[in-house]
Amino acid sequence: MYAFEYHRPTSVKEAASLAGQAEDMKFLAGGHTLLPTMKLRLAGPANLIDLGQIAELRGIERAGDALTIGAMMKHGEVANSAEVKQAVPALAEMAELIGDPHVRNRGTIGGSIANNDPSADYPAACLALNATIVTNQRKIAADDFFQGIFTTALEEGEIITHVSFPIPSQAAYAKFRNPASRYALVGVFVAKHADGVRVAVTGAGSNGVFRVQEMEQALSANFTPDALNGIVVAEDEMNSDIHADAAYRAHLVGVMARRAVEAATRA
Amino acid sequence: MTTVSLTVNGQSVTADVDPRTLLVQFLRDNLRLTGTHVGCDTSQCGACVVHLNGQAVKSCTVLAVQANASVVTTIEGIADGGELHPMQAAFREHHGLQCGFCTPGMIMSAIDIVNRKGNALDEQTIRAELEGNLCRCTGYHNIVKAVAAGARGMAQEPLSQAAE
Ligand SMILES: Cc1cc2nc3c(=O)[nH]c(=O)nc-3n(C[C@H](O)[C@H](O)[C@H](O)COP(=O)(O)OP(=O)(O)OC[C@H]3O[C@@H](n4cnc5c(N)ncnc54)[C@H](O)[C@@H]3O)c2cc1C
Ligand code: FES
Ligand code: FES
Repeated sequence: MYAFEYHRPTSVKEAASLAGQAEDMKFLAGGHTLLPTMKLRLAGPANLIDLGQIAELRGIERAGDALTIGAMMKHGEVANSAEVKQAVPALAEMAELIGDPHVRNRGTIGGSIANNDPSADYPAACLALNATIVTNQRKIAADDFFQGIFTTALEEGEIITHVSFPIPSQAAYAKFRNPASRYALVGVFVAKHADGVRVAVTGAGSNGVFRVQEMEQALSANFTPDALNGIVVAEDEMNSDIHADAAYRAHLVGVMARRAVEAATRA
Repeated sequence: MTTVSLTVNGQSVTADVDPRTLLVQFLRDNLRLTGTHVGCDTSQCGACVVHLNGQAVKSCTVLAVQANASVVTTIEGIADGGELHPMQAAFREHHGLQCGFCTPGMIMSAIDIVNRKGNALDEQTIRAELEGNLCRCTGYHNIVKAVAAGARGMAQEPLSQAAE
């Protein structure tokens, strides 16, 4: 790991002002993506701004028909939150499927979303649940936020403070885990909202998380597994690597979507 | 250099560290607590698991400075004087180790599982909860047995909670 200067602000304002002054900086959340990347010297920021002591970035709150989660909430906290389990049980179940218990004790929702790993779980949840990503500067719809592998709408120095999820009437996440890394080989999050169904896929797309319009239309008309009959996603837009080729991933998208709808309609 | 102050196994420690010092390096090199191991250094194996404010974490993926003002418990901090913690005793009794390299992380993870899931653990729960800990020797069978027995032992041993 290259040397860096360490900063520990206690407010979002202080963090933003540090970010404005510091050259070549990165925010540190749970560190479970960033620190391994720094060890590999794929990242070598001169300044590391630790968000770990900022109380405003924590908390889970339900207000009306939205569930709001602070950026520094850990996966384990989301998985075990009575509030989340009650409002959007599929989100708690998704968080419980991330990594292993130790990873869930450190990794955060804000870090996962800012990172936008093509195999991460939260991007699929945000997209299917039509979440709003709240930063210290603005509110960004999930549809505009995720812009391809490891790419988001965040500007340099912009801090995610919260993520707000409209509460769906039914939802579920089905994940086919890579048994070694535990990341999603393919994960499909399905959510039924008052104005229609949203289907988001992670792990599979060569351009990161994406929605499947054809499935959304079919499921909006008829929210049953059979509505998916005959719908296939195009192989040429799928990722291919040592873990699975594009054809296999395309097939898995269909299988996981079906399982997610089954789970959502069973509940 | 950045100053870090924390409590390790009940003792306060303060030191000036290079900010890139990992918690595991701090424990091993600064404090000479070499029971916490580094197996992979890539967040996969769990040999480095310690408790940070009562929760199991991979100390190879935490900076020492991130643990400022925290309470850390390592494998050296769980025995009661000369008497092994019930989870340690169970690993010995059930041959839950061969080379022993993964064992400190296994035991710290196992205690965390009991803290979260209680003293009656079935095999499926133990196997699922240990997915962040790799062992290259035992085939896990005896580790799973040891964790189940250690969990039961912790119910009978009121002192076990005091170590946390
Ligand atoms: C062994 C292992 C298994 C894993 N398995 C899975 C899995 O199954 N599924 C999955 O989805 N993930 C998995 N992960 C990744 C894990 O969830 C990470 O914790 C997560 O991707 C990043 O969150 P973090 O809090 O650790 O962020 P960090 O590593 O601290 O930061 C990641 C990036 O986000 C930026 N950032 C962080 N917070 C903010 C913020 N509030 N505002 C703006 N930018 C910010 C940082 O600057 C950095 O660039 C795994 C990780 C490990 C080590
Ligand atoms: S050394 Fe930390 S997980 Fe392997
Ligand atoms: S006993 Fe050798 S690695 Fe587990």
